[in-house]
Amino acid sequence: MTKVREIHGLAALDKMFASSRAQGRAAFLPYFPIGYPTYQESLGAVEAMAHAGADGFEIGIPFSDPIADGPTIQAAAQVALENGTTVRNCLDAVRTLRAKGLQQPMLMMGYANPLVAYGTDQFVRDARLAGADGLIVPDLPPEEAAMFAESCAREGLALVFFLAPTSNDRRIAMAAKHATGFIYVVSLTGITGARAQLPTYLTDFIARLRSRTDKPLVLGFGISKPEHARQVSELMDGFIVGSALVRAGGEGVAAVRELAGSLRGAL
Amino acid sequence: MTELYIRTDLTDLPDARGYFGEFGGRFVPETIIPALDELEGAYADAIADPSFHDELAHLQRTYTGRPTPVSYARRLSERLGGAQIYLKREDLAHTGAHKINNALGQGLLAKRMGKGRIIAETGAGQHGVGTATAMALLGLACHVYMGTVDIKRQQPNVFRMKLLGAEVIPVTSGSRTLKDAINEAMRDWVTNVETTFYLLGSALGPHPYPMMVRDFQSVIGAEAREQIQEMTGHLPDACIACVGGGSNAIGMFHAFRDDEGTELIGVEAGGHGIESGEHAARFADLDISRPGILHGTRSYVMQDDDGQIMETHSISAGLDYPSVGPEHAHLRQMERAFYTMATDEEALEAFQVLSKTEGIIPALESSHALAEAIKRAPTMPRDSVLLVNLSGRGDKDLDTVIGVLDD
Repeated sequence: MTKVREIHGLAALDKMFASSRAQGRAAFLPYFPIGYPTYQESLGAVEAMAHAGADGFEIGIPFSDPIADGPTIQAAAQVALENGTTVRNCLDAVRTLRAKGLQQPMLMMGYANPLVAYGTDQFVRDARLAGADGLIVPDLPPEEAAMFAESCAREGLALVFFLAPTSNDRRIAMAAKHATGFIYVVSLTGITGARAQLPTYLTDFIARLRSRTDKPLVLGFGISKPEHARQVSELMDGFIVGSALVRAGGEGVAAVRELAGSLRGAL
Repeated sequence: MTELYIRTDLTDLPDARGYFGEFGGRFVPETIIPALDELEGAYADAIADPSFHDELAHLQRTYTGRPTPVSYARRLSERLGGAQIYLKREDLAHTGAHKINNALGQGLLAKRMGKGRIIAETGAGQHGVGTATAMALLGLACHVYMGTVDIKRQQPNVFRMKLLGAEVIPVTSGSRTLKDAINEAMRDWVTNVETTFYLLGSALGPHPYPMMVRDFQSVIGAEAREQIQEMTGHLPDACIACVGGGSNAIGMFHAFRDDEGTELIGVEAGGHGIESGEHAARFADLDISRPGILHGTRSYVMQDDDGQIMETHSISAGLDYPSVGPEHAHLRQMERAFYTMATDEEALEAFQVLSKTEGIIPALESSHALAEAIKRAPTMPRDSVLLVNLSGRGDKDLDTVIGVLDD
């Protein structure tokens, strides 16, 4: 008998950040696309990461033209689409994972067009019914988000917006006002490689954000190794790992479990 | 002749959010929003500065060879036995297509903004060549993304770009055509946004591009509207232009927008025919084309039931694109412009007819507009006038045409 989730949506995310904060670390939020390398293996990857201690998930919905993604995630999306993966399959994946007892927050992450084609209100409602807790749309800045904002508010789902070191005070104020759940901070030049420290522009930028918002800040793009995770953990409320886990996913579920475990273990 | 070739009337669409009615907007990653804001501000500054107009007008006159003429197609008109056909000769602009108008405009803007690195996408290669040319003239480094399918079918333009000092970066993702070249250029811009100017070649993408590209191309219609009246004594019954992203068409249509007696007709690529599913006729096949979001703008998009973007087909690389500029979607919805299509076969026929009757080898893109004129002219009275935008010349297409005609 699986345990029924008592809280969901925004409250589940709040609880997740409170719990990782209480442990003096950032929340580990891996990204994985449904349908890569196969539908079953993508579910297996998410389950393996849950066992390895992931705090929550970005559940990727593949798109044919992902303009904000690098080659690894582009290629994975192409494979997923060749496997026939649909938006509905991605929602089914969340439902199946919940039925298997997965408790961690899950956010649907996908580009605007497939969600618009599905119907924005319908998508948000079905996402909530499937057991998702929020929505991340990389090509949807706050000023274009009205079509999702209302339904997310109604269904109690988080609607996450992005900030980048290029963001000025006006953009920061806009994201701080409209984002729910957390703000996704994009590290512009990435932090790949064995850096001894995080780049100063990033620490300065985070300090600037902290002075302007209380919303949790989650860092994404360019985090691939345990030492990155350790550095980020001191600065952020959470961090996302995408490409590195997707690359591991190409090798198999065991590789995903191992990498996720080492990232989580570094915190 | 008009001296100021770019827009000064700020009451025109788009609105402050970049919308033409319900189409347009800015659906892009947050990273590049500040760059779009900066671009919008710099563009507003530039068009308020007479010296920018002077510099652009000077280059248009002394470098591009503007104004380009309007030619009366006497033998073609006689052969069709109906409307008189006039051609706006953008094929005679330097580099052989209208794309140079926008490349020079945005190039001057990039220089004004102090951006030293220019990126561009290209389909047929005409925008790539226009950009490479403008950057050679202005002394800026230039990288052009181009799908490998297009590289293969537009070899002369690839060589031209390299000769002009541009780096051509092959794109191997997706359908390996214009759509994927835009994806790659946008990814580059997201990564290098602080140093890089994205010189987008058509009237699409996030605000302010559809507006800015239209403005830089509106010189076509502004000239043609005066020229056709000088030659015929009145406005044309219709203006006809091909529509891929739609920059040559919007550049032609803009000057005629308030001339109610002039019909505006856009011609999309019908490829192998609508029923084949292999085409790029976004307005003609509403089973697979509907409002959606691609490359930062809301417009008609060819997509499957699940919202995945469909691969398109056209014999002409410049029209082989699954979406269309948002202002065209708006003009269509307002019923101010009408959109139809011509198949590969019709375009090839028009390509040959114009070559033989007028001694002008048109681009395959422009041949789609000609095909519509050839269909319409015989049904119209002899004192009526069709103005066709001959957006480019066909030298670049000889390999493609020879290949098809030999089969």
